[in-house]
Amino acid sequence: MAALFAAGAAQADITIGVVLPLTGPGNGLGIPVNNYIKLWPTSIAGEKLNVIVLDDASDPTKGVQNAKKLVTEDKVDVLVGSAVTPVAIAMAGVAAEAQTVQLMMSPANLPAGKDTWSFRLPQSNAVMAHALIEHMKKKGIKQIGFLGYTDAYGEGWLNDFKAESAKLGGPQIVAVERFARPDTSVTAQALKLVSANPPAILVVASGSGAAMPHKGLIERGYKGTIYQTHAAASRDLVRIGGKDVEGSFVVSGPAVAPEQLPDSHPSKKLALDFVQKYEKAYGAGSRNQFGAHGYDAAIVLEKVVPVALKAGKPGTQAFRSALRDAIENMGRTVLSQGVVTYSKDNHWGFTTETGVILKVVKGEWDVEN
Amino acid sequence: MDFSIASILTLDGVTNGAIYALLALATVLVFAITRVIFIAQGEFVAYGAITLAMLQNGNPVGSFWQRHGDLPGTVWLLLAVALIAVVVDSVRGSGRGLGADQLLKDAAKTLAVPVLVFAVAWFAGPRGWPLWAQSLFTLAVVTPLGPLVYRLAYEPVADASVLVLLIVSVGVHFALTGLGLVFFGAEGFRNPSFWDERFQIGAMTVSGQAIIIFIASIALMAALFVFFELTLRGKALRATAVNRLGARLMGISTSGAGKLTLGLAAFMGALSGLLIGPTTTVFYDSGFLIGLKGFVAAIFGGLASYPAAVLGALFVGVLESFGSFWASAFKEVIVFTVIIPVLLWRSFLHGHDDEE
Repeated sequence: MAALFAAGAAQADITIGVVLPLTGPGNGLGIPVNNYIKLWPTSIAGEKLNVIVLDDASDPTKGVQNAKKLVTEDKVDVLVGSAVTPVAIAMAGVAAEAQTVQLMMSPANLPAGKDTWSFRLPQSNAVMAHALIEHMKKKGIKQIGFLGYTDAYGEGWLNDFKAESAKLGGPQIVAVERFARPDTSVTAQALKLVSANPPAILVVASGSGAAMPHKGLIERGYKGTIYQTHAAASRDLVRIGGKDVEGSFVVSGPAVAPEQLPDSHPSKKLALDFVQKYEKAYGAGSRNQFGAHGYDAAIVLEKVVPVALKAGKPGTQAFRSALRDAIENMGRTVLSQGVVTYSKDNHWGFTTETGVILKVVKGEWDVEN
Repeated sequence: MDFSIASILTLDGVTNGAIYALLALATVLVFAITRVIFIAQGEFVAYGAITLAMLQNGNPVGSFWQRHGDLPGTVWLLLAVALIAVVVDSVRGSGRGLGADQLLKDAAKTLAVPVLVFAVAWFAGPRGWPLWAQSLFTLAVVTPLGPLVYRLAYEPVADASVLVLLIVSVGVHFALTGLGLVFFGAEGFRNPSFWDERFQIGAMTVSGQAIIIFIASIALMAALFVFFELTLRGKALRATAVNRLGARLMGISTSGAGKLTLGLAAFMGALSGLLIGPTTTVFYDSGFLIGLKGFVAAIFGGLASYPAAVLGALFVGVLESFGSFWASAFKEVIVFTVIIPVLLWRSFLHGHDDEE
């Protein structure tokens, strides 16, 4: 026991415990984050970084086990993860109990008071809806149809969009239709939306699942504008959607298409840096939303660790608590995915400067200014 | 809801129903001959669709498969499963005191098709082939998986109760889904259409793809009819379905019948996969829900009647289509709730028969 203590005191490395879905249905989100974590700096503020990555297999139980192991056995100073919402929520309980900061890689909703130690790095739906609504207002769209997943993602978007739209005086949702990811067709839902004929339709789906409803609308002869959410902002939409997704709009964080951002955009420099580093390691065109969240986690740590070191040594509770206070008080911080301002009551962070509207032109992203 | 909308919905429902019908037939077929409630039927659908997609577009960049000749993962999977089957067979064979030459003969039999498929894939590189040839190759890859699944999962417990076989099926379903994730990754795939033509009939647009689905389904049903009514092997299968012990006494191998049946089921699943590939995005786990709808349709015929299963499938397809129109959030609920009145009606009609 004494020997253990001695070892702990001698090594004042900062230990970071990462829990991500590297297997299971969520691996498309976890792997890119982990890819960037491999490119993290080896030290921050002169302290060596010791990063432990564990796989949660997209399973909340496994996520909790991993988080518990990390806080009790490895005495980590920060938890990072998970990238899938149910696991991130389950881990938040462990983080609060152990009084350790958790940097979530998923926009997870937690009841008030449950997220005192958890900070989210992905953008909230509300922030993304804000960018969509502003764009719709600019185009003079007063009514939209909604075609979304019958799950938490679809439901969350519907509610957040309604609330945000009421606040901004944006478009009304006139028709709501649902579908499930494994459905073989959306003919009936598309028929109904096309007969209601709103000038625009918002499709809420993720990754490669976002193309099927989109194609279904086009097949039924829908001629209006189609919008997609940030979960669809990946190459898969174009890969599967082909010519049917031409001319539609996708909201995304700035990190996916930094080259075309106006020079005035606060995130341009960092987003370019992220893309350059990520694609150097993983090939051209490999950039994605979640890799950028991994990049942003490092920026946050680089900003708050020097502050927290004044309060205590890594491995102590004083240091962990100081980390949380430092994040809450770090003020306006520019990341590759937008601008965050965390505070005591706001652990979502992102301001409305984050959402970028991309237009699909000839299979490429074109930033709308 | 006017006539034109109703006709479009009906067409959409019947198109999906034709695919559910294939799966329902496969489910009835497997149950009648082996007493296995084969809920993993849908996995073959996903395997078929994704194998073709990988032949078309190659594997995800950087994956193991892409670095090793860029063959679809299913080709490797088939080879691996066949090797496992050979090991199991050899261990059991030597336990039964078979000679080395007999063991080698059995191994060669098991490995013949998988090795041939692998060799074709490795040396001929089917990635540049025309679409129809790739489709045939896909069927050749997925179909042999059926007998191997029977050999590894069901044959050792062939005489167990229906319930035990159902529990094994659950295991097979999870195993095949998990392997699907390993071999295909988590992303979805979509295939090019076989026939892009569109025909306008009143308000309805009939796509070439829908016509191909109908033709393929009807052709397959006709082929099954001919096989079971007119060929000796088909009649032997029917005999197995009627009375296993009697069939064995007549010199019909029940294990051979089981393998052949699951081969047919895998073939029908893969064919369904080829047919839906162009109309939807298929994920490694998409098959289950599609297969389950085929199962619901099969229940209409009490897992025994082929025509009733086909009618049930068309009904499920149309119900799904109209359900999506009226209440899209409750579509699945509507489809799967229908099973309850059907079961009630069937049990009033027939009472309880305890025969297995």
